[in-house]
This record gives sequence, C-alpha cells and structure tokens, in this order.
Amino acid sequence: MLFSELAAPFLAPDALHIPDGFLSAAVAVAMWIVTAAFIAVAVRRASREFDDRLAPLMGVLAAFIFAAQAFNFPVAGGTSGHFLGGALAAILLGPWAALLVMSAVIGLQALVFQDGGLLAMGANIFVMGIVTVWVGYFVYQALTRFNRFLAAFAAGWLSVLVAAVVTAFLLAFSGTASLNVVLTAMATIHAVIGLGEGLITAGAVALVAAALPGRFDQQVAARKTDRGTWVAGGVVLALLIGVTAVFFASPHPDGLERVAEDTGFLHTAQAPLFNIAPDYVVPGLSNESLAGVLAVVLGILLLFAVGYGIARALSRRSHRQAEGARPEPAGKGS
Amino acid sequence: MHIDLFDQYRHAHSPVHALDPRAKLTAALLFILAAALTPDGAWLAFAALGALWLAVALVSDVSLALLLRRGLVALPFALAAVTVLFTLPGWPLLVIPLPLSDGHLVISDNGAIRFLTIMLKSWLSVLMALLLTATTTFPDTLRSLRGIGVPRVIVGVLAFMYRYIFVLGDEVLRLLRAREARMAAGPPGLARRSGGSIVWRARVVGAMVGSLFVRSLDRSDRVYNAMISRGYSGELLWLDKPTLRAADVAWTGAFVLVLVLIELWARLL
Repeated sequence: MLFSELAAPFLAPDALHIPDGFLSAAVAVAMWIVTAAFIAVAVRRASREFDDRLAPLMGVLAAFIFAAQAFNFPVAGGTSGHFLGGALAAILLGPWAALLVMSAVIGLQALVFQDGGLLAMGANIFVMGIVTVWVGYFVYQALTRFNRFLAAFAAGWLSVLVAAVVTAFLLAFSGTASLNVVLTAMATIHAVIGLGEGLITAGAVALVAAALPGRFDQQVAARKTDRGTWVAGGVVLALLIGVTAVFFASPHPDGLERVAEDTGFLHTAQAPLFNIAPDYVVPGLSNESLAGVLAVVLGILLLFAVGYGIARALSRRSHRQAEGARPEPAGKGS
Repeated sequence: MHIDLFDQYRHAHSPVHALDPRAKLTAALLFILAAALTPDGAWLAFAALGALWLAVALVSDVSLALLLRRGLVALPFALAAVTVLFTLPGWPLLVIPLPLSDGHLVISDNGAIRFLTIMLKSWLSVLMALLLTATTTFPDTLRSLRGIGVPRVIVGVLAFMYRYIFVLGDEVLRLLRAREARMAAGPPGLARRSGGSIVWRARVVGAMVGSLFVRSLDRSDRVYNAMISRGYSGELLWLDKPTLRAADVAWTGAFVLVLVLIELWARLL
C-alpha cells in the first residue's frame, strides 16, 4: 500500500502542535525550562514507582497514545473528531506517568515527523503533556465520585479547551497573533473539538473499567492525590494565572504593539483593529482582550457549574439504582 | 505495517551522514535557535540561513525535491499567524472590502513583514529538522539525545515507543478495518453517514481506544518479561563507544561560526 494511504491517519496535524518559528525565542526557551523541571520531577517519581519496568511500560503506552491519535470519527461536513489523549493518560496512569508518556509522544512526533517544532517542543510538551494532564487529572478526581463517565468526559473536554487557551496565549506572547482573535478562534474551535475528546475519553474509561475491573478499581478509582501532585497542580495554576496577569499588567498588552513600537512605527499607526466577534466581549470593559478572556473564563465556569449540577443529579439517580450496572462491554469495533 | 514505513531516514554515504549524531543534533538545534532570533524583515539574513541549509543539504546527498516537499508540513499552521496581517499597525498596503457588511480589512506593511518573517522562520526550521532526520538513523538520534544529557529513562521510553508504534499501528489498522466492516455506509451521493448519532460514533471510538489500551498494557507486560529474561537492566546498550572525531568538531564549529556571523550581520544591517 502507499505510504500516504497508510500513514495519513497517523500524521494528522492539529492546531496544538506548534511548529518552530511561531514562538519567539524567549517564550520557547522559557517554556523549555518549565517543562524540563516538570520532566525531571516526573522521571524521579516514576523511576521510584516503576523501577526498571518503567521504560518498557511507558514506551508501549506512549506507542498506544500515538496510535490512538489515529482514531477519528466523522462529525459533520467532512471534518472529523480527533483524539489527543492527555486526559485519558492522566486518568489511567496518574499525572506523573502520563507526563512522561505524553512527552515521549510529542518528542517522537517532532523528531521523526516534524509534527511540532524542536525549539517549540518545550511549549508543546507544556501544553499537551502538562496542562492537559493536570487539568484532566484534577477534573476527573473532582467529579468521579458523582459519575465516572461524566467525569471522564469533562476531563477530556476541559483539558483540550484549556490547552487551546494556553496555546493562544503563547502565540500572542510571541507576537505571532493578536490575542483577541486567536483566543476567540482557538477557544471556539476547541470547545467543539474537545467534545470529541471528552466522548472518546469517557468511552475508553468505560471499556477499561469493564475489561479490567480489578485493576481499574485498585489503580484508578482508589488513586489518592499526594502532596507533590497538588504542588505541581498549584504550579501549573500559578503559571496560567501569572501568564495572564503579566500579559495585562504590561504597559503593552498586545505583544504586537510592542513590536511595532520597537521598530518605530507606532506613531504612524493606522490602527485598523479588526474584531472577529464583537459580541464575544463582556460589556463595560475598555480593554477588549481582557474582556474576551473574561468571557471565555466565565463561559467555562458557567459550563463547569452546569456540568457539576448534572453530575450530582445523575449520581443521586444512579445511587438509587443498583450500583452494579455494568457499562456496555467491548466495543463494536474490536 | 513495515518498521521503516514512517522512517524519514535516507541512506547515503555522505559527510553529513558520517558526522557524529551529537554534533548534528546540536548544530540543528542552534540553527533553529538562530532562525528564531533573527529580527523581523532581515531578508538577507534569512537568505544566508537558507543558503547554509542548501549547502548542507547538497553535501548530504538527500533528494532536494523530497526535502522541499516534506518541508511544507507546517504550512497549515500559517492560519494561526494570518491575523498579524491585519492587526499590526502600519501603513496600509491593501484594503479588502468585506462582503455582507460595510467594514473592510486592512493589510499593513508591518503586518506583511511580520507574517513573512514567521513563515520563513518556520520553513527554515522545518527544513533543518527534516535534514537532521533524513541523515540520522533513529538509534543514532537516541544516542545523541543521551549524549546531550537527556535522562536515560526518557531515551528508553522513546526507544520502546519507536519499536512499538508499528506494532500498535497495525492493531489500529485492524480495529479500523473491523469498524469499516461492521458499519455499512450507503453509496456516495446517497446517505453517506454510517452508524448512529455522533455520540454513538464517539462511543465506538472510545471503546476502540479502551481496548487498544488493554491490549497495550498486556503487551507491555510481555515485553518487560522478555527483556528481563534477556538481561535488561534499564539502560540501553550500544556495542561501540561513541567518540567525537576532530572532523566532527571542526565541521560543527565552522557551522556554528557561520550561524553567529549571520546573526551579527543581521543586527548590523
């Protein structure tokens, strides 16, 4: 068979693999430093837990995530839903092992397939291996006591959405895109793409819980979040808040304007500001970028609250029904 | 699926192939860093970087057409940068009236410079990464990663992963074929949609991912037991010890010197 025919499903670039050239050197190097620190901790912790089993286990599971990203399902109009896998890895393996697995996937994609850059790899691992993993892990842990599958769905969906928002910030920081536009576009697109991620994550968790009930209950359902994981989660949260704060506290909120000023063109500016979605901003705020961010954050919080409510309602109902209602066994496709 | 299906390595006997992988990896990373540091609109510096790449590519004996064609891989991402054309203040170059409204888009000169710069940086970086992959086998790449201080656990994970993506890729193709066989699609033009609702389809894919996970977990156990019975202790072993030759140091040094000169020149232009 032809290379393209066989390889095509495995080489589907998505908007989260940032190539080299789209991040400024400062942003790329800073993200490498943060990512390297996380990986160093993950290596220490995972080595302690898995010993010499680590490389074979994580290697095969990284190959699993890589291969699983080839699965797609038609959504509408020729587009298809894809799978990133960060949240699923975090749910099944715990955040530190998931970080190693996702780093290997992103590293190999960049080294062998040029899917994502080498200098930008630090940022790519941060977005797809740290942000998705910690968001997915904590959302799942917070909601799983209500309903396991809804928790997995929310973990998958939110992980992709937050990752997209972080990517938008990194691009805006680098002066590659205007925050206003890229944040709106990324958040909207990935709010939809993330639904696919959430559904696949929930389906996969359902199957694993049904196929390996003992292992699932021991290693996944009963997992306790230890102090290191909380601290790392706090660091991720602080970084996200810090990045946002720095962005708006700086006298030049838009990185692009600074570039313009540096090159001495600002006084000749015509300011043809173009707003792709005027209704998307919160009224009463002068700074449009800030208003856009607030709109996104408020939307996420609102959806989260609604989801939380549904989850509680569902869990009360399922408690009334028998606890042993097993999810549907092995998938139609296997 | 054959093991070298995805492999971008092109075998040849060239000085670039023979170069020490650690030196090659370092040089390629510095090239990409140099491209990232080049100021906006320094076209001559980008041309010089392109010429440097071309020189190495010609020496490497890898098909230029292949490299240039694969070099377009990052092109779709340009969409993310398109907005700078319109949002960066500057002299208006082109005004595009918007249909259905009385607004218009203005492409500014600064926006155009920035956009072209981003595209050039991205293209040069991808080309250099491709050249690195095309002239270095994957085991050599792993060894160079170990050589520049990447933890052995990470290198080990990458090695096992590379070995098994082809095996699990085959599993994926079998699962996809099974799905095709079970989900009858109507003829083109008629109802093309097969299967149930989007949620139903996503659940099927979820079950496929889940069963692939279960199989992968089983496989990792078997792989580990097989490795243990063969004396594996956690470190990947190579038969020969890599040595940095004088030629490696000289070529890499010259390459880096040219990079530094280009960057200095770009700032003095």
